[in-house]
Amino acid sequence: MTGVLTIARLTLHEALRRRILTAALIVGAAFLALYGVGLHFILRENSNHGNMTLLERRVFLNIMTLAGLYAANLLTVMTAVLLPVDTLSGEITSGVIQTLAVRPIRRRDIVLGKWLGHWIVMGGYLALLAGGVLAIMAFSAHFTPPGIQRGLPLMLLEGTVLLTVSIMGGTRLSTVTNGMLAFGLFGLAFIGNWVEQIGTMAGNDAAQRVGTVASLIMPCDALWQLAATQMQPSILRDLGASPFSPISVPSTTMVFWGIGYILVALAVGVRAFHRRAL
Amino acid sequence: MTEHVIETRGLRKQFGAKTAVEDLSLTVRGGEVFGFLGPNGAGKTTSIKMLLGLVAPTSGSASVLGAPVGDRRTRARLGFLPEHFRFQEWLTGRELLHLHARLLGLTPRDGKARAEALLARVDLVDAARRPIRTYSKGMMQRVGLAQALLGDPALVFLDEPTSGMDPLGRLLVRDVIHELRDRGTTVFLNSHLLGEVEATCTRVAFVKEGRIVHEMRVGETTGDAEVEIRAGTIPREALDAVGALARVLDDGHSARIEGRTTLRLTVTDEERIPAIARALVERAVPIYEIRVARLSLEARFLEVMGEDQRPG
Repeated sequence: MTGVLTIARLTLHEALRRRILTAALIVGAAFLALYGVGLHFILRENSNHGNMTLLERRVFLNIMTLAGLYAANLLTVMTAVLLPVDTLSGEITSGVIQTLAVRPIRRRDIVLGKWLGHWIVMGGYLALLAGGVLAIMAFSAHFTPPGIQRGLPLMLLEGTVLLTVSIMGGTRLSTVTNGMLAFGLFGLAFIGNWVEQIGTMAGNDAAQRVGTVASLIMPCDALWQLAATQMQPSILRDLGASPFSPISVPSTTMVFWGIGYILVALAVGVRAFHRRAL
Repeated sequence: MTEHVIETRGLRKQFGAKTAVEDLSLTVRGGEVFGFLGPNGAGKTTSIKMLLGLVAPTSGSASVLGAPVGDRRTRARLGFLPEHFRFQEWLTGRELLHLHARLLGLTPRDGKARAEALLARVDLVDAARRPIRTYSKGMMQRVGLAQALLGDPALVFLDEPTSGMDPLGRLLVRDVIHELRDRGTTVFLNSHLLGEVEATCTRVAFVKEGRIVHEMRVGETTGDAEVEIRAGTIPREALDAVGALARVLDDGHSARIEGRTTLRLTVTDEERIPAIARALVERAVPIYEIRVARLSLEARFLEVMGEDQRPG
């Protein structure tokens, strides 16, 4: 365990020292500032006209919160893929990993330590962005969406899936190939979800099944759909009245699939790194 | 310490269709400074990586410090300076040593004390707070040497430790190797700089195409010596007598005369030189000068490897 913690600490140190995190924080802060300013003007416009019912206002605020969380989710997903994309492949190519691997630690400690370090950074980043969106909404409109205690962990699970895929790929693939694989899978899940939604709307079972298979290959988009479903009132969900209300709601089994996916990807990464010539 | 710290038998590494190491069988005894020499692509670095557990051998067996290669506990007693010394360049020199102290399981107090002592030893105290990315190649190699020695290892692998170093840096590495040898630490040195090897190693092995083709103690290089004798006119009879005492060279001759009065020959044993001088004097050949040049490690390397395999 000492090895895992030492490598995790090194990873955190690296994120801070190499200004990767600083760049991500600047982008995140810019997003929150834009979101806050935009929301301020929209709310002022709405209050000037004053023609919204309470229900309409709550629906509107919920959609605005989900829009913010969607952007926060996207930034987190990108961070989850890009932050660790060269952590192993880059260090293997440059030879940096050699002096670590000859120390009396297990190779799996290196993989797990890097995973843990990046997970803490990614989790912190998500907390900051999603927390920022929720705080801006609470401060500006005194509104908090329902189900955030279920929705935010699902967003974290989604980021963890992609982070783990990026770490796993780094044990065998070059940095560029690894990045393409992770983003490719993310794209596959995104398109798969649209195929599933359209298939459900059109009553096309085959299209629906294609979407489900895509979600099984990469469950990240299904986890976002599930998170978004949790963070809106049932009326909005049932009517499909917002862009964030999926017509075909993923099964909650997808949570277990996501957790299993992470464990298997980590195990594959550990095994591949163990056998890799360094 | 005389037990074998490294023993390999038929170690082989295949990368796809390419054979990096064909058949590595060697023994390194405790306390030796062992030189591992060979041209580029001979399989030296892959051999070191197999001994460190970084690369799994395709076949064969090996033990390091009495344990199978890669054994985790044994790795705490190893030091390693890689050929392409690349470290976490965003760390400072001091932070790098603290990191490796933690990985070695040293207490924070011991780790700090050891790091400071080594920073002083490799003359990097003033640069210890600077990020490694600002270091010159020589400084990076010195901090690498410090991390290799951090755990007070019983066996140190140095893969080209002086490439890129200035003369003072090379002298420092040479001194460190001598200190290690005096302490009984075994050093496995892979270097292209044969002069360095000759000055530091007690035994060397020549590797060619993934096999050890020759092993020798460094002192043995004095076995062959080139002798140049400036004398009076040398008659045929004297030349034959001297030639019988000299080594027959590749061209079939054992001794040759240059400019009527200079005799050149190679002896396998310096103790033959008085007999050669006596043979000339007995035949009334006046001797003005005898110069003996020992065969250098480089000459032996070229002899073993062939001229087409010059190191470098």
